[in-house]
Amino acid sequence: MTPDFAQSYVYVVALAIVGVGFVFATLGISRLLQLRHPYAEKLSPYECGVEPLIGDSWSPFSVRYYIYALLFVIFDVEAVFVYPWALIFRSLGKTGFAEMMIFIAVLLFGLLYAWAKGALEWQ
Amino acid sequence: MSNAIISLITVFGVLVVALSVSAGLIWLERRLLALWQDRYGPNRVGPFGLLQVLADMIKILSKEDWVPPFADAAVFVIAPAVIIVPVLLTFAVITYAPGVAVADLNVGLLFFLAMSSLTVYGVVLAGWASDSKYSLLGSMRAAAQMLSYEVFMSLSLMGVVMLAGSFDLKNIVEAQKGLWYAVPQFSGMLIFLTAGIAETRRLPFDLPEAEGELVAGFHAEYSGMKFALFFVEEYLGITLISVLISVLFLGGWEGPLLPPLAWLAVKTLFFICFFILLRATFPRPRYDQLMSFGWKVMLPLALANLVVTGGILLAVR
Repeated sequence: MTPDFAQSYVYVVALAIVGVGFVFATLGISRLLQLRHPYAEKLSPYECGVEPLIGDSWSPFSVRYYIYALLFVIFDVEAVFVYPWALIFRSLGKTGFAEMMIFIAVLLFGLLYAWAKGALEWQ
Repeated sequence: MSNAIISLITVFGVLVVALSVSAGLIWLERRLLALWQDRYGPNRVGPFGLLQVLADMIKILSKEDWVPPFADAAVFVIAPAVIIVPVLLTFAVITYAPGVAVADLNVGLLFFLAMSSLTVYGVVLAGWASDSKYSLLGSMRAAAQMLSYEVFMSLSLMGVVMLAGSFDLKNIVEAQKGLWYAVPQFSGMLIFLTAGIAETRRLPFDLPEAEGELVAGFHAEYSGMKFALFFVEEYLGITLISVLISVLFLGGWEGPLLPPLAWLAVKTLFFICFFILLRATFPRPRYDQLMSFGWKVMLPLALANLVVTGGILLAVR
């Protein structure tokens, strides 16, 4: 790790600190300027003006979301393998290209399998 | 040492410019939408209504900004920071003109992809901490949509990486001296633009916030300045995607006559206006249509773009 390399990240961290500082500074200024008038209706969850319906809002959600999360894990991790390949593509030549074609074919087969199984349908 | 001072000035410069551009975009969006919908828009405060932004800022700073008693207070307060900081950080790795960058990382593009994954956390934390049914539904939608569109967002950029042979945004711009990548990578640009709209949750892909059905989605329970921060993030996101398209596909600061920064600004402004035009013209699709469009059309297209780019590069070599 060259000092130059480490130095670049110092400024990225600096911007992160300044960014967090900005968020909490504006929230702090706003806190000083605002008036507060809480009352019962205001303190209930917003459900278009009607009384909140029965039931916890931290309730079970549709399993479809979970399937998309699984698909994401599979495909995004595989996409990560493409990054270094794309970077040194020119020096890899024909062999590298053929290897990646096999990999993408496997990836595509996985997608077609999920498609055929109905994992991409929203029922 | 003087380098350090220059870089620190750039840190604050990027923060101030990014935030003021995103504030100015609120005015621009309202004026342009008004133009396309045949009405006036804000035109009372200051010249062309420009001071409307200032008036809105003063107003929203003095608005009651409460933490709902039913919410998870700590997460509720942190969520706006979690969503805004990754977007700001991406502005750090962009080279705006030769020598003008906070940090010239050799993995700039990778850094952007990593940061764009992190914004999902902010959305989910905000929706989950609110403990409101609309918020939870909105954040679930947002998470699934942003994850799905992220898969091919990264794949669509690999064509550019193959052509330039670098993840460094500066090198990518310099590699476009002869020919902008918008020509050889036109399909890649369209795929990236589509993914970018979905990542910033803008119309026509604004289903997480769909005000007709979910009120405001994951930020329905937010008010005052915390609510405003979500909007700052949205406009920062639009600016970021526009800058990135200009840098990756339209030659960044390259251009005749005008100074480099002006060229980048012109190209960025063009895409920002395009984002607003999309909002003015497109209806919102159904959620199942959105998801199947991403997985069944865009992902195979992104893979095909990769294969074809690789094949042509090998053939002409």
